[in-house]
Amino acid sequence: MRVEFLSGNEAVAKAALDAGLKFYAGYPITPSSEIMHYLARELPKKGGMFIQSEDELAAINMVVGAALAGVKSMTATSGPGFSLMQEGLGYAVMVEAPIVIVNVMRAGPGTGQATKAAQGDVMQARWGRHGDQVVVVLAPSSPQEAYDLTVKAFEIAWGLRVPVVVLSDEFVGHGREVVEMPDKVKEPEPGWGPEDYSKPPFGSDDPRKPPPLPPLGEGYDLLITGSTHDEWGYRDVHSFETHFKLVKRLKEKVLGNIEKIFMYEYFGDDEADILIVAYGSMSRPARTAVRRLQAAGFSAGLLKLKTLWPMNYDVLRSYVKDARVVIVPELNLGQVVYDVRIVAGNDTVVVPINKVGGGVPIYACEIVEKAQKVWGEALEEALQP
Amino acid sequence: MRRLRKHFSRKYLREEVLPTPFCPGCFNGVVMNVMFKAFEELGVERLKGYVFVSGIGCSSWIPSPHIKADTIHTLHGRAVAVATGVKLAKPNLNVIVIGGDGDLAAIGFNHLVHAARRNMDLLVILVNNLVYGMTRGQASPTTPEGMRTVTTPYGAYEPVMDVAELIARTNANYVARWCVANFNQLKNSIKEALSKHSKGFRFIEVIAPCITYVVRYEGKTPGQKIKELMKVCRPNTETPYGRIGILKAEDKPGYLDRYFEYVKRATEGDKGE
Repeated sequence: MRVEFLSGNEAVAKAALDAGLKFYAGYPITPSSEIMHYLARELPKKGGMFIQSEDELAAINMVVGAALAGVKSMTATSGPGFSLMQEGLGYAVMVEAPIVIVNVMRAGPGTGQATKAAQGDVMQARWGRHGDQVVVVLAPSSPQEAYDLTVKAFEIAWGLRVPVVVLSDEFVGHGREVVEMPDKVKEPEPGWGPEDYSKPPFGSDDPRKPPPLPPLGEGYDLLITGSTHDEWGYRDVHSFETHFKLVKRLKEKVLGNIEKIFMYEYFGDDEADILIVAYGSMSRPARTAVRRLQAAGFSAGLLKLKTLWPMNYDVLRSYVKDARVVIVPELNLGQVVYDVRIVAGNDTVVVPINKVGGGVPIYACEIVEKAQKVWGEALEEALQP
Repeated sequence: MRRLRKHFSRKYLREEVLPTPFCPGCFNGVVMNVMFKAFEELGVERLKGYVFVSGIGCSSWIPSPHIKADTIHTLHGRAVAVATGVKLAKPNLNVIVIGGDGDLAAIGFNHLVHAARRNMDLLVILVNNLVYGMTRGQASPTTPEGMRTVTTPYGAYEPVMDVAELIARTNANYVARWCVANFNQLKNSIKEALSKHSKGFRFIEVIAPCITYVVRYEGKTPGQKIKELMKVCRPNTETPYGRIGILKAEDKPGYLDRYFEYVKRATEGDKGE
């Protein structure tokens, strides 16, 4: 076991190297640059390729090229760069390129506040591209989770041949904590092997299984296109059947593996009256709030989402259904709260706490205060004749 | 009856996708044929180890899906970026980008010029048809002044971009410009860029006016246009399309040479601080 004092950004970079990263392309942007700095120093020494691209459009497309060539590849960015990468991310979905994109969220829109934390890109990560698709999005809440979830991101990307987004934020990226890392990480294996190379590279009878990605240059004559294609890669930009079959398979490939992808933690009382649903850095004050609420005699719990998309509504519902009050603290103007509202019944009050900008977190005391106030109101309403 | 011999180019083609979707008389076919001739003369029987990367546009369909090799059909303008990723991930592959003036000189010019600056080990063939042919012939950065298109109905008024000349001013190793009428010179250039000058960034611009939205509007047939281009595009002369010929041929170390030199510094004691 290696124990080091790391920032979240350094933990991401170390995890990527441990997971077998061999190609990094990126463009400098605050607050993600430390990932790039670390890899600029370490990757060349480890036989990998590091390139500072001319912009984020290039970065993501280089990463896709390297992934299609069979090499573990990653890029890291923040808000404005993530916006530029949306195009390439959609392409990666369509050609099934196993890439990892780290977005260390800062306050937007526009250039916003470059050095200040936010959680405003949650819906962008989910819906930011044209066309239908499901992208896997993981959200670490600490340097330790930044390490663990980055390794996991490579596992999912290569296991399912899908792009994976690691949605970190400035608090996690620049926060420094003790991180425990195993001495040797088992490099994530592709979800296909040489025995599959004769099978179609863009189709699979079982939609949950990824099609094989044979290596370039070895005579497989791969036909790769971001336009609608059949299972062998032949472009078909006219027929309904080909398009519908393709986009449905791409969606089912992710949703059919939701058990493997969806990660969460629960902390607190069973069947809590007051439930806090939080993710990323804001799950930390939420945890403190739960402890304080418990000390004050309330039945309280925290559902910490480590995977944001695809959302497992069954899991979410199983926790929300028992709660009378659900608090959703987010460093944005309200995003995941909509998903909580989808599963909440009529008897459950869902209350967001929103704050963003200036590097100001949502404090535990604010969550406690809000929870007590809403609980009081809910009780009063319940006692009305 | 005498049996016809199969055309030599068919061994480089995915025959199941023929005929091509190009307009009758399209010069993309000439570019394709000349490129295959170059491969044949180089003794390449099977395009194993070659990766063709293209973006969006008519000429991007030359490799995808027609060429029997690994082909990657990328987003509009991003072919050079994807090709860079492929080349750096697998340095032993021969990576060739084929794209049009819209793809490489407009939306993707940033990637093109930076790959040239890096002397990235790629061969880029720009098929300059002077318009956006796939989307109905809008003006492109290389549309001649005065030409009427759907987006310049009163005649193009923006000055023309001389792509080959711009790339020649960067650190690129090899830059040439030919028109479709210079069959042999173009073939020899492609051969040179794959053999004699096989390192660094190699850029070949081919003037191939769009049959449907340029040549037809001029009231000419493809044959008449080729004859005209033969007269206009004499090697090593100034033409309305810029200077024709080899603009630059050097043998500087390519990006990979320099990167491996850099890696040596990193592994042999330089602390990188």
